[in-house]
Amino acid sequence: MNADPYQALVMERSRKPLFARRPHGTDAEGEGRNRMCGDAVHVFLARAGMHVGHESEGCAILLASADLMAEAVAGKSRDEVFELQRDFLAMVKTGQEKPALGALNALAGLASFPARQRCATLPWDALSEALNNG
Amino acid sequence: MSDVLHDLNVESLRKEFPILSQNVHGRPLVFLDSAASAQKPRTVIDSMRFVMESQYANVHRGLHYMSEKTSDAYEAVRDKVAGFLNAASRDEIVFTRNGTESINLVAYTYGRTALKPGDAVAVSAMEHHANLVPWQMLRDAHGTELRIVEITDSGEIDFESLERVFADGKVKLLAVTHMSNVLGSYTPVERLAAFAHERGARILIDGCQAIVHRKVDVQAMGADFYVFSGHKLYGPTGIGVLYGRAELLEAMPPFLGGGDMIEHVSFEKSRWAKPPHRFEAGTPAIIETIGLGAAIDFVNEIGFPAIAAHERALTEHALSVLGNIEGLRILGQAQDRGGVVSFTMRDVHAHDIATLLDRQGIAVRAGQHCAEPLMGRMGVTSTARASFALYTLPREIDALAEGLLRIQRMFA
Ligand SMILES: Cc1ncc(COP(=O)(O)O)c(C=O)c1O
Repeated sequence: MNADPYQALVMERSRKPLFARRPHGTDAEGEGRNRMCGDAVHVFLARAGMHVGHESEGCAILLASADLMAEAVAGKSRDEVFELQRDFLAMVKTGQEKPALGALNALAGLASFPARQRCATLPWDALSEALNNG
Repeated sequence: MSDVLHDLNVESLRKEFPILSQNVHGRPLVFLDSAASAQKPRTVIDSMRFVMESQYANVHRGLHYMSEKTSDAYEAVRDKVAGFLNAASRDEIVFTRNGTESINLVAYTYGRTALKPGDAVAVSAMEHHANLVPWQMLRDAHGTELRIVEITDSGEIDFESLERVFADGKVKLLAVTHMSNVLGSYTPVERLAAFAHERGARILIDGCQAIVHRKVDVQAMGADFYVFSGHKLYGPTGIGVLYGRAELLEAMPPFLGGGDMIEHVSFEKSRWAKPPHRFEAGTPAIIETIGLGAAIDFVNEIGFPAIAAHERALTEHALSVLGNIEGLRILGQAQDRGGVVSFTMRDVHAHDIATLLDRQGIAVRAGQHCAEPLMGRMGVTSTARASFALYTLPREIDALAEGLLRIQRMFA
């Protein structure tokens, strides 16, 4: 288990996100807000091909998590995305990395920071909303 | 600063606070979150232990030795608090659970009787939710209006806005903080009380922050109601205070019903006890109240002149070292401000600041500080906040500044 949630990958993607955009063919959207701190994430979803983009305002953890999520779900089926989400939530809680999570494992350090787990899971809530809106 | 530290021997005072010798993430704890809740000196901890080990029973109920001893110790704290606030009488001191409950008590009882539908309550734009939400609830239940007094960009009460809010004569209660838990600004409570009284309104002052830093004299300031929480004043949680002027408390109906708050009960009807017991239904927080008494003794022994001078020096030091950090913005520039400093840092979110400082053993608060509307007013979504107490050292503020610079390098 990795204790530092501020891995180089997290810092990099929070500064230079690769998926901070509205994908071509967007046909569903979802939103996540944290009332405690004012963080907000808006997710755009093009269901054909599961292309996800986001517009996020908040801490480094939220920004990186949204971006890594968009990357991880690309091309997956709806069921696969929900399975990935379940695995991700479990990993953030326990700190147990899982090969299937790939780059998302960079956030495993959050297990030691319960107050910050919500920052990482918020984009996934927004994505679920988009999937369920569709 | 050296002569101030000479007045207040902080290093030796710190030994009175057992928790301050703890390590966090392998580093000595630098606790800069005292505005949320202060740490407890040994004398408070010991006083509570002593009651439980040697003289504990329920209060006001037993005709036996233990109950009498406990009742005496409990009621002695009422005298202590009355003296601490310079209240005219001990009967003006009501024990509650915290400042929040004190304000709710006033909103519920005074609000629904002395205020009539159509009357207005005014609060400032820098209130803690504790002094905003109860008045929204009163508005919705009772038909009073709620008005907001603007603050200036520097974080002070805007007296022109105050004039406008009072212009039509409908405001019957001004509920205002004595010190902002976000901006650190003190409000000119004497002037505000005089302003309200000249216009036929009463004033409730939220002293949750100010009580820790300044000598409060409710008579001199003209307070009708003054509230605070024990836990920010180095006392335990679970005990708060409502000061209310005698004539106001006497006219107010009870808040909660039950034991201890009645004089006579039949199945049909009850006659209320006189204040303050009318407002203390049920078994009170006996042990915590006694702990609060010890906290007041502790603070009195050090004395507000030394406490205030120490905190003024710390605040100046903090404003200067944090002010030197590029990209750091301190919220509010009130002339009269105390040991609470909220800030944002370019390109680094407040939550990242708090988590990364925590890893260096430094505790600050991050978020909206129970003052969401104020965040909007200051144009931010959240801030980090460092707050100081009588045990805070200048070098802890230096550690904060170094920590912030380290974080900046990480995010550069
Ligand atoms: C200005 C102010 N008012 C009210 C409160 C509420 O205090 P408590 O939570 O102890 O009731 C606080 C505490 O954060 C405060 O800072």
